[in-house]
Amino acid sequence: MAVAKLVLEDGTVFTGQAFGARVERAGEVVFNTSMTGYVEVLTDPSYRGQLVAMTYPLIGNTGVTPEDFESPRPQVEGFIVRECSRRVSNFRSTRDLAPWLEEAGVPGIEGIDTRALTRRLRETGSLMGVLSSNDLDDRSLVAKARRAPKMAGRDLVPEVTVPRPMQWTEGWTTAFRVDLPPPPRPLRVTALDYGAKQSILRYLVASSGSSVTVLPATSTAEEVLATRPDGVFLSNGPGDPAAVTYAIRCAKGLLGKVPIFGICLGHQILAHALGGKTYKLKFGHHGANHPVREETTGRVAITVQNHGFAVDADSLASTGLEVTHLNLNDGTVEGMRHRSLPVFSVQYHPEASAGPHDSLPLFQAFVDLMTDRSSAPALAR
Amino acid sequence: MPRRKDLQKILIIGSGPIVIGQACEFDYSGTQACKVLREDGFSVVLVNSNPATIMTDPEMADRTYIEPVTAETVAKVIAAERPQAILPTLGGQTALNVAVELHDRGVLREYKVEMIGANAEVIRKAEDRTLFKQAIERLGLQVPQSDHAHTLAEATAIRERLRLPLVIRPSFTLGGTGGGIAYNVEEFERIAARGLEASPIQEVLIEESVVGWKEYELETMRDAKDNAVIVCTIENFDPMGVHTGDSITVAPAQTLTDKEYQLMRDAALRIMNEIGVTTGGSNIQFAVHPADGRMVVIEMNPRVSRSSARASKATGFPIAKLAAKLAVGYTLDEIPNDITRNTPASFEPTIDYVVVKTPRGAF
Repeated sequence: MAVAKLVLEDGTVFTGQAFGARVERAGEVVFNTSMTGYVEVLTDPSYRGQLVAMTYPLIGNTGVTPEDFESPRPQVEGFIVRECSRRVSNFRSTRDLAPWLEEAGVPGIEGIDTRALTRRLRETGSLMGVLSSNDLDDRSLVAKARRAPKMAGRDLVPEVTVPRPMQWTEGWTTAFRVDLPPPPRPLRVTALDYGAKQSILRYLVASSGSSVTVLPATSTAEEVLATRPDGVFLSNGPGDPAAVTYAIRCAKGLLGKVPIFGICLGHQILAHALGGKTYKLKFGHHGANHPVREETTGRVAITVQNHGFAVDADSLASTGLEVTHLNLNDGTVEGMRHRSLPVFSVQYHPEASAGPHDSLPLFQAFVDLMTDRSSAPALAR
Repeated sequence: MPRRKDLQKILIIGSGPIVIGQACEFDYSGTQACKVLREDGFSVVLVNSNPATIMTDPEMADRTYIEPVTAETVAKVIAAERPQAILPTLGGQTALNVAVELHDRGVLREYKVEMIGANAEVIRKAEDRTLFKQAIERLGLQVPQSDHAHTLAEATAIRERLRLPLVIRPSFTLGGTGGGIAYNVEEFERIAARGLEASPIQEVLIEESVVGWKEYELETMRDAKDNAVIVCTIENFDPMGVHTGDSITVAPAQTLTDKEYQLMRDAALRIMNEIGVTTGGSNIQFAVHPADGRMVVIEMNPRVSRSSARASKATGFPIAKLAAKLAVGYTLDEIPNDITRNTPASFEPTIDYVVVKTPRGAF
């Protein structure tokens, strides 16, 4: 087996074996703590620009299950695992993990101490890194890691947004759907695509009872309103929200004109549009077991999270926004809504793919907001 | 919700001697419960016939009765001690059975003793295979096809309707004692007769065999505010048909994709809700067909189970301790996680290692 190296900008070198494509990639190294759902993680566009390490040590046991894709192809820059399993046992698997990544041009490294890597990232915070099986010279690799563009200030949305408007028509077709109650009438949802996960679009179709108009991230507020939506959805996506200025400008133009629901990057863009701020977390939240408390009811949901930036609670003081959800691990903002406008958003992923379905009712809340605008103040109370 | 103020004295029923092996799992859970309840200022009365346990050490409970774990004895203890509540979910099947019997005999009502953790109705729904099957089917979930027999003639009629191999399970026995799998008519008749005899109510369940299917267990916790978490998933390396006690088991589950796991997780949460487990831990078992993924619910224990101790050690989530705390009114979001100390217990443990249990044969 070919030797591969993962080298961090602080000089740490991990030596393991290569799998997947034999190419060199640089990116921000992040760790994901989900024990299931590596196919969803690999195909999630929000991971653009990142080398993703799984803390769970055995990855690949269930092969590749295309029904579970969040986009048509793997999106991560590189994949870091303790062991890439070659023995697959799952009735839906169509192929093995390693050849799929190889074909998609994604490099992987296995056989490294992923716990040591995770501890390093938790101590020092996010680090840039290089994954290579071509260049094995430590000094050269450290230099490359240091030269790699940092995540702060980086706009990665253009790499993953749709090139032109499209209609998304697919709801859930597999046995794994969770049925949502039908809306009183079919609703027109327009989604701004910053790198949307397909499962979000599926739930929007399922909850709105209609296809979803997906627009490029660079669309203007006028272009969005021209689709005559009952509600606008701001999607998840990669990179630094502050850098996506065109999307913030667009969101600003939509405020008060149409109900808005944001997830992840969409949530951060909403905060900026209303005058709030975001900041980079030390090592981010990437996993499927983050407890989040809904502040009004005290109920706790186990949520899926994938974010390196967060909304600054103090910056919301004069925005009309209030915090609705808090992360119980570190107290960061996980959800907010506007006191008078029909606007709400969550930092975590209610579509939960991969992850638990505890927060699916949020899609229903969006429908409620679209069907009865007067319910917005009620929602805000 | 903080600790209940209306309870001062709680009776914990221990498991007595255990039939399958000499398991100390229930001593572990009972001891944990004694410790946390006393720390919280409750007076704890304990009944357990097994002196070879930590929980019967003098300092563990306020009053300890080393007496047979039977309804008769426990009724006398209740009369003498007058506890406000009885906690039956930590002493395995024996404790549950005794608690249900005390309820049925009217002892609990007479002395105004509240069953906490799980009440008689919950226990019956989970343990009675007909009620359990009805509950599962109400949720739109599947169980293996089955029917009950009270006589050999009834058993034969069922055998003719279903297809061999068939599983025969006597109702209300410890660890399914007296049951078995029949691959032919001869075996079927022998096991059915034995099972009818073993069951205290002369009843056996005859069901479609899921032998060879993948076997999973979910360890769950739920509080009075409807917060629920899956503490741990367990996959049996040995398929259905090999008793979990004899199986190599692995935590977490190894061969479920997230979509399949979430389906199972949703099912587990709904089952807890339907059966009515208001507080505490339970253990729910599933079988999955290896070729087409059909998932059936096998059983549910509305109590701390033999797998709970292992799940606790595997994940760092103290199931028995929390079950006791939830039973007296606390909720998951207000109990700190012992391991991390700064996160609450309303957290689904994620681990970066694999825990394997292998049986040891007496060769």
